[in-house]
Amino acid sequence: MGIEQKLGNMGVVTTRLEQAVNWARTNAMWPMLFGLACCAIEMMSAQASHFDMSRFGMELMRASPRQSDLMIVAGRVSRKMAPVLRRLYDQMPDPKWVIAMGDCAACGGVFNNYAIVQGVDEIVPVDVYVAGCPPRPEALIDGIIMLQDKVKKEKLAQWA
Amino acid sequence: MAELAQIVEKLKTKFSGAMEDVREFRGEFTVRVKPDALVEICAFLRSDPDCVFDFLSDVSGVDYYPEEPRLGVNYHLTSTKFRQQLRLGVRVSLADPRVPTVTSVWPAANWFERETYDLFGVTFVGHPDLRRILLPEDFQGHPLRRDQPLVQEEVQFTHNFDEIDRTKPYAKS
Amino acid sequence: MSLTESSIEVTLDQLRSLVSERAISGETMLLNMGPQHPSTHGVLRLLLELDGESVVSCVPDVGYLHTGIEKTCESKTYIKVVPLTDRMDYMASLSNNLGYVMAVEKLMETQVPLRAQYVRVILCELTRITSHLVWLGTHALDIGAMSVFLYCFREREIVMDIFEMVSGQRMMASYFRPGGLWRDLPPGFEEAVRDFLNLMPGRIDEYEALLRKNPIWLERTKDIGYISPQDAIAWGVSGPSLRGSGVDWDIRKAMPYSCYDHFDFQVPLGTNGDVYDRFLCRVQEMRESLKIIAQALDKLPGGPFMTSDRKVAPPPKEELAYSMESLIHHFKLWTEGFQAPEGQVYVSVESPRGEFSCYLNSDGSSKPRRVHFRTPSFANLAALPLMIKHSFVADLVAIVGSIDIVLGDIDR
Repeated sequence: MGIEQKLGNMGVVTTRLEQAVNWARTNAMWPMLFGLACCAIEMMSAQASHFDMSRFGMELMRASPRQSDLMIVAGRVSRKMAPVLRRLYDQMPDPKWVIAMGDCAACGGVFNNYAIVQGVDEIVPVDVYVAGCPPRPEALIDGIIMLQDKVKKEKLAQWA
Repeated sequence: MAELAQIVEKLKTKFSGAMEDVREFRGEFTVRVKPDALVEICAFLRSDPDCVFDFLSDVSGVDYYPEEPRLGVNYHLTSTKFRQQLRLGVRVSLADPRVPTVTSVWPAANWFERETYDLFGVTFVGHPDLRRILLPEDFQGHPLRRDQPLVQEEVQFTHNFDEIDRTKPYAKS
Repeated sequence: MSLTESSIEVTLDQLRSLVSERAISGETMLLNMGPQHPSTHGVLRLLLELDGESVVSCVPDVGYLHTGIEKTCESKTYIKVVPLTDRMDYMASLSNNLGYVMAVEKLMETQVPLRAQYVRVILCELTRITSHLVWLGTHALDIGAMSVFLYCFREREIVMDIFEMVSGQRMMASYFRPGGLWRDLPPGFEEAVRDFLNLMPGRIDEYEALLRKNPIWLERTKDIGYISPQDAIAWGVSGPSLRGSGVDWDIRKAMPYSCYDHFDFQVPLGTNGDVYDRFLCRVQEMRESLKIIAQALDKLPGGPFMTSDRKVAPPPKEELAYSMESLIHHFKLWTEGFQAPEGQVYVSVESPRGEFSCYLNSDGSSKPRRVHFRTPSFANLAALPLMIKHSFVADLVAIVGSIDIVLGDIDR
């Protein structure tokens, strides 16, 4: 309380810096358009009107990595694509998060062979894994909400 | 219009020296020819008014390990005029895996032959642009040969979770 | 060398064979339309040579989604390959299933009951509609008509619900098995499909009203991306990309499979061979698919949904309780799989993108010696350099969209 009791109806709120910054980060996280394979179609379905993702702040998908905060790796990553993925991740400015969507991104999925990287966490650090082949749009949205909860718990010390 | 059996007879009489084997299985004819005569036979099949195999559906490689000759290339031809399909095959050994290219007859063979080269190592003599198409350019080996392993990684269950966790090359941020 | 470093250097000689001399001297610019791009429908890399805004040449570079499916199939029994085939052309997964399953049935000489064949036709045509809906949505989105994307995905959700009702999965249904279907149609299927059939023609009219006579759409798609019929056949192009140039080649009519000759439908043909004609072909194909589904649903016969050949098809679960023989068949099928006779087969089906074929080479054991999938997008993309003559960069986006490529199909 304190200040707020004296201010009356002036339209001012007080909060902690962490909460304010985390609130801003979660509610307007822009994903990078990184659909690789089948999971990309479910990601597009999640973005479309039936399972709207814009209600969670992801109104648009930025194609350029320089303007996005979230990389949803949707689909299988082949060994030819791995350096490209890493380069795109490096081009994203901090703070950035990664969701590994689908079984292939999480662990290699159905494909345990010479051509597919067994889990995208061998290339980039992953925050949330969403299982499914492909995961339903609701599952992806559940993963996004889980990421938002994770970001809301971030502390000042982690930002530095 | 000639029936497939008649076309095969025609090939046998016209190119008797180049025929190696003719087989019929489930209504499909497979004609195995010598690699040297391949382009001539393909040009004939395309231009002959009774055959008109104008559409090259597919070129695929097979590895017949451990039979010799080991590598085979199959050409699936379709006639859009007479609505039938025929298969031509050649067999080459691993020591000399060279087959003449049919891109002069059907340009469609360009990418199909690149794929067969990439995955099996069959060299197509006279191909305009023979380089890897599906695998990274610096990949060593030809993975679809039968003696190449599938390279399976050990699956992580609860009993070996920690072991695999330690050796898995996780990315550092 | 680690996963994340790429050590490929392109020498000038290698480049010389791909692009024209003007690029080497610096007169034209080489631009990389990279694997990550909003309009390339997947991970396709195009190496463009640009003279200002116009494209001089274009070299497609594929392989960024290579999954080694064909090699993986060699280590699985014939029944276990079915889910892998779903994941190649992920837009039309049931068409892929059909191509593979028909090849196995041809190899094993299994008779598929009529009911299963009719259901396969219904689901394949539904798949064709969903595939064309996604194509229309993304193609229009690339060109700039954003609302069409949202409308198409709204209709697609209805069909996804039907697939889920039938097989449990929205996209990768794996519903067709060698010998027939996985299980019989659930109650409520016919009602749901009929509701969809009543709803859809009005919606297709809406899409046409938005785009067909739209002056911006016409500007951006007419006389763009022309390919002549002779070139298209010579380069192995198939499907609506071929029919847009006026060639009447549809495998459902030319070499009918799975009782397609029992149904009455037209195959739409274009005249100009440009992007606009391919668009018209595909939209009309959606209408024809609705006709086929209506006919199949009206004539749907009763009877078994799976062949009774126990060597190929697993016995129904109830039988396992009292029949020892069924138990043995079930056990053998799921552990070892059935032994196929030695030989090769090649089966073609008309997938929404063109001719999808499965080549199976069996060596007599329970696992195939070689499975090769001839995918339509692979050949269609090879003809891209022919279509982009005298185009601008913006036209390139429209052309790549109009050939309807799916990278999972190309790279397998």
